[in-house]
Amino acid sequence: MLAEEYKRPEPLWPKKRLGEWFSIAKKGAGGWAFLLHRLTGILLVLYLFLHFYVLSTLSRGANAYDNLTVLMESPFLLLLELGLVAVIVYHGLNGIRLMLLTLNVGVKQQKEMFWVVMAITILTTIIAALFMF
Amino acid sequence: MAEITFKIFRYKPGVIDSPRYDTFKVDVEDYMTVLDVLEKLRLDDPTLTYRHSCHHGSCGTCGMLVNGKEVLACVTNVMELGTPVVTVEPLKNAPLISDLVVDMVPFFEKYGPVEMPLIRESEYLPEGKPSEEVGTYTRLESCLECGLCLSACPMVATDPDYMGPAALAAAARVVQEPRGQDAPAILKMVDNEQGCWRCHSAMECSEVCPNDVDPGGMIMYLRQKLISRKLKGHY
Ligand code: HEM
Ligand code: SF4
Ligand code: SF4
Ligand code: FES
Repeated sequence: MLAEEYKRPEPLWPKKRLGEWFSIAKKGAGGWAFLLHRLTGILLVLYLFLHFYVLSTLSRGANAYDNLTVLMESPFLLLLELGLVAVIVYHGLNGIRLMLLTLNVGVKQQKEMFWVVMAITILTTIIAALFMF
Repeated sequence: MAEITFKIFRYKPGVIDSPRYDTFKVDVEDYMTVLDVLEKLRLDDPTLTYRHSCHHGSCGTCGMLVNGKEVLACVTNVMELGTPVVTVEPLKNAPLISDLVVDMVPFFEKYGPVEMPLIRESEYLPEGKPSEEVGTYTRLESCLECGLCLSACPMVATDPDYMGPAALAAAARVVQEPRGQDAPAILKMVDNEQGCWRCHSAMECSEVCPNDVDPGGMIMYLRQKLISRKLKGHY
């Protein structure tokens, strides 16, 4: 067959794949840092709305708010709150790591920086747990 | 020698229309690479398609996913993978043509415009002095144009117009050592949301790059350059 006659088959174009953000087939620590940062970022936005909701009960009087705060004493919600501590500390610290990277600071040490972020996050969460329970 | 099961992705418009995995049992010698196995399988099934040329990790044509990770098949030893089942798939984030072959045209369309000069003073020549920006010679023109980094990047996955790590690394290289190219123009070219600001520093590109180009680090270099220029413009 002449080259001119050859009709190249239409390639199968990949769809945009949001799944790649959350895929756990990560190749390195940086990939995990990215995934966790995105997840915690989204969780923080969701929490922000929950936070607004809780505060908005104040507009329905002190009683409504107090009733909610009683609910907060439940072990399940305390556990969620502990999760929130981890989420905030991780997102904040890794946010600093990301900003340093963007300034071209510590790029060669980005993995070590991630492990430090993780260590501080775990430590702070343990300390918070000791205070809460 | 050991018997290894190969799960190989198949797709061939007009022949295999819905993508599937074929399983092959292969007796693998200690020296064999994934590319060796593919060539062995091809003797029995000539329809199996994949790209390769050099067989020694310098042409960058044999990029594929082996056990989910972007590698050059020709320098990936099968036994060293240590898994009884080896999964072989085409690169991600690129149009699929046939089996393990993806269309590299979109990659080169992004890579080309940077026009990285390929002629360089050798770092081995006594008179070869690295430019001030480079400091010491590191082999940055090592890019094989294999596209592994684009396959690994979570941002390329969702933004087809993102320049991607390899082209940005080439751009950074031109900025570091222009060799007659217009460095400010290149900086301008990457200073947008489809350029160096799309990256979210996942560093997966640098993780899979077979030749230490460190595209992620090069993107951070571009950002630092742009930020410091902007700050200087303001004050
Ligand atoms: C402690 C202070 C915080 C710091 C230092 C910080 C830092 C950052 C940085 C640097 C990024 C960019 C990440 C990237 O390039 O991929 C980011 C993304 C994000 N942040 Fe924060 N952040 C903070 C607090 C928050 C809060 C309170 C929220 C929620 C209300 C939030 C929600 C998000 C979201 C949704 C993203 C986008 C996630 C993504 O692109 O992957 N952050 N943050
Ligand atoms: S930067 Fe590395 S992974 Fe990307 S195309 Fe070049 S050699 Fe391949
Ligand atoms: S560092 Fe940037 S370019 Fe490299 S894989 Fe991550 S998002 Fe993609
Ligand atoms: S065949 Fe050339 S890099 Fe693998």
